[in-house]
Amino acid sequence: MSIDKKITDDLVANGVSFVTTVPCKQLAGVIDEIEARDEIFHIPSNKEDEGMGLCAGAWMGGKRPAIIMQNTAIGVTINTLATLIQYYRMPLPMLISYRGELREPVACQVEMAVHTKALLAQMNIPTYHFHKQSDVDELDMILKYTFMCNKPVAILTDANFWGGYGDQ
Amino acid sequence: MIRSEILREIAPILRDHLVVCNIGLPSQELHMIDDQPTNFYMLGTMGLSSSIGLGLALAQDKTVISIDGDGSVLTNLGTLPTIANNVADNYILMIIDNGSYGSTGDQPTYAGKKTKLEAVAAACGCENVVTCKDVDTGATLQAALHSKKMTVIVVKCDSGNIKLPVITMDPVVIKDRFMKAVQA
Repeated sequence: MSIDKKITDDLVANGVSFVTTVPCKQLAGVIDEIEARDEIFHIPSNKEDEGMGLCAGAWMGGKRPAIIMQNTAIGVTINTLATLIQYYRMPLPMLISYRGELREPVACQVEMAVHTKALLAQMNIPTYHFHKQSDVDELDMILKYTFMCNKPVAILTDANFWGGYGDQ
Repeated sequence: MIRSEILREIAPILRDHLVVCNIGLPSQELHMIDDQPTNFYMLGTMGLSSSIGLGLALAQDKTVISIDGDGSVLTNLGTLPTIANNVADNYILMIIDNGSYGSTGDQPTYAGKKTKLEAVAAACGCENVVTCKDVDTGATLQAALHSKKMTVIVVKCDSGNIKLPVITMDPVVIKDRFMKAVQA
């Protein structure tokens, strides 16, 4: 089974039916899979804090949401995480493309990668790092944990997890 | 009319619907004028009233009114294409456009200068954009509700604020009460 399908299956199995995305090359396959699924309403957002607003509304409307984005978005969303998602205590699985890690071809991506885990730790956000393909086996448990504790939870997925960038 | 006078006038309409209310003075005013479990007060996160409201409208069938401001829409301008391209006919975005950042001391916004949010919304693809004068807000909102079409209302009004207390209700209580009202 492809990793994109496995991730989407886990989301669906955990009742996630509202997913917002800001694209990343690494996430293209899973975004395609989410778009194709009838069980999930896919709403692309223009910026990740906007996406978190959509997710907050969907949660209060009775849907389980998720956001898919790049780790650069942590820099964009600190205020929204603190004053909306955490302050009102809402669950939010964040499937994050962890750019700037091993096998990264673009140097600038490293500049946010070095801050990513520190920022998440400072925010007391439970954080998981998928580095090998088999790490995806934990996704189901992470989703259950997220909706158990009503917190934002970060799942960092690096280039090695996605199988690298090919011939770059 | 200033925003608080408009909210006082439309409160009898708002109370029958789910309302997502913008951070700062708008939420404090609505809380003081007519606190309802169907009101979601934003205590922080400037700019996301329209996004929260759209997510809520897409997730369930009841009518949702997002009360936003011109300054807050400018801070999250990307919301308008998202609204336009994800039509929810149970959603009304009401932008109280007083041309100023009211909660921070009435500094002028660009919407009070050259920028026309109604034209921006239309250019983003929003199909039902209505501009009205402050005195016509109630009738315009009522017409939008009757139309059962997703509508963006831009209310042109005066800038100005009243003195009133902050909301001391716990955010988790606001959310819990609101979610029960959504499900009721």
